[in-house]
Amino acid sequence: MKSTFLNQARLKQQVWLDMMFRGLTRLSAFGVLALLLAIITSLVIGSMPAIEAFGFNFLVNPEWNPVTDEYGALVPIVGTLVTSGIALLIAIPVSFGIAIFLTELSPAVLRRPLGIAIELLAGIPSIIYGMWGLFVFAPLFADHVEPWINDNIGVLPVLGPFFSGPPMGIGILTAGIILAIMVIPFIASVMRDVFEVVPPMLKESAYGVGATTWEVVMKVVLPYTRIGVVGGIMLGLGRALGETMAVTFVIGNAHELSKSLLMPGNSISSALANEFTEAVGELYTASLIELGLILFFITFVVLSFARLLLHKLGQREGQVT
Amino acid sequence: MKAEIATTPKVIVRDLNFFYGNYRALKDINLDIAEKMVTAFIGPSGCGKSTLLRTFNRMYQLYPKQKATGQIMLDGNNVLDPKQDLNMLRAKVGMVFQKPTPFPMSIYDNIAFGVKLYENLSRNEMDERVEWALKKAALWGEVSDKLKQSGTSLSGGQQQRLCIARAIAVKPQVLLLDEPTSALDPISTAHIEKLIDELKKDFTIVIVTHNMQQAARISDFTAYMYLGDLIEFGDTSTVFTNPKRKETEDYITGRFG
Repeated sequence: MKSTFLNQARLKQQVWLDMMFRGLTRLSAFGVLALLLAIITSLVIGSMPAIEAFGFNFLVNPEWNPVTDEYGALVPIVGTLVTSGIALLIAIPVSFGIAIFLTELSPAVLRRPLGIAIELLAGIPSIIYGMWGLFVFAPLFADHVEPWINDNIGVLPVLGPFFSGPPMGIGILTAGIILAIMVIPFIASVMRDVFEVVPPMLKESAYGVGATTWEVVMKVVLPYTRIGVVGGIMLGLGRALGETMAVTFVIGNAHELSKSLLMPGNSISSALANEFTEAVGELYTASLIELGLILFFITFVVLSFARLLLHKLGQREGQVT
Repeated sequence: MKAEIATTPKVIVRDLNFFYGNYRALKDINLDIAEKMVTAFIGPSGCGKSTLLRTFNRMYQLYPKQKATGQIMLDGNNVLDPKQDLNMLRAKVGMVFQKPTPFPMSIYDNIAFGVKLYENLSRNEMDERVEWALKKAALWGEVSDKLKQSGTSLSGGQQQRLCIARAIAVKPQVLLLDEPTSALDPISTAHIEKLIDELKKDFTIVIVTHNMQQAARISDFTAYMYLGDLIEFGDTSTVFTNPKRKETEDYITGRFG
């Protein structure tokens, strides 16, 4: 009978431990939520003076003038969206190519070294990309690429105005390209990982009805892995939207709205990094904090949009959800 | 060894050798596959039966270190000829795998996928083709009202019949079945076996199976393989009731393997 009593005690202890474990996991999960709310709240409170002073006009006003204490967020918002857009426009196809090559086409001996190289690229600190962008890429870009862009794309009827301007090397386009280089390793390695988990038999069945590698990838591998692919792209976009150091180096940090992608501009994160230390006065600081709130909001919208996209894709495939 | 077959051969295999790197997995295989009959490959695991099947549509070619030598004649063309167009070959030789592999798309699109690669059908013609293939695969009755649903929403047995429908939708001449029922329950297996019996009116069928009773039930000819050699080949009733070789008898009576 004594052993039964011991088991009972042990059982009680296990139940108690289990409850504690459950409590701890719950605490961690809700801790994240609490932190998120705390950050949003402090951003809102901090930006209140600017919200009261400028209202909705803050979002569409291109002026940013510390001297007259007039602030508008249009230039950094546009800069952030456009540089991230350019980055994705370049990074998605390149990453896709890298991932397909590594999983479908590359000889086995090349797979590991190339895969490791891509992961190393992801590990380079962003300030190094910024320095490289400013000291190496921008001069080369100004000397050899921008004149060509001016002469060839700058003269086109519709696209022209976006691609003409003085070949300075730094500017929105340069920032977008540097961002593309920075996010490629993230997107490519996520894509490679998800392509690798496609069952070989599924691919063989597609090859078995006579599909080419392109058809197998586009119609079977990509739909099968779409959640992972979109996830990888969002990871890259998240990095591009929030990237600060590398962008600050090459974007030009000018609060000017220009049609041309070759002209300097500004992004939210680089405006914050450059101006926080010199922000004097309540309104200046509050305007910068409101910029941060906007960046937060943009990221949130982007993530929601990705969820919506996945849902729509699922519906088109005919899933009953 | 060489087997004599009364009917017209659809596929003629001569001196076929297969290598995984340096390992020789098939040794001088000679075999005739009869047209519009069911030919079964049996033998213990690793005997080369699936390998042999995968040479018929050159599926092995996806993997760099695999290589086949010899001849596989299909309608007078050597399948192993490097000049053979792989996509055309696979339109002629369909394949179904051990596990159901529906593509991540709707039931309708699963069937239309292969057809679209070769033919430009109008919407109506495609509808007809999808219906035809699903009827052939004895699945139409169960899915006709949910063609827009995902192929992955079907049960395992239905998925496998969907894969068969997908394979026959491109109207191949030869159908390769690689242990098509090994992942299915007995009722679904019975469905598929009945279906195979129907399909042989139109297609030449080659099936790899682990299940000797299955081979005995559904095939007209049986090939017994062991360690890359074709030990015995003949019509199924002879192989199962009166095998010429001692090894075959040992295997089918369960004394070995």
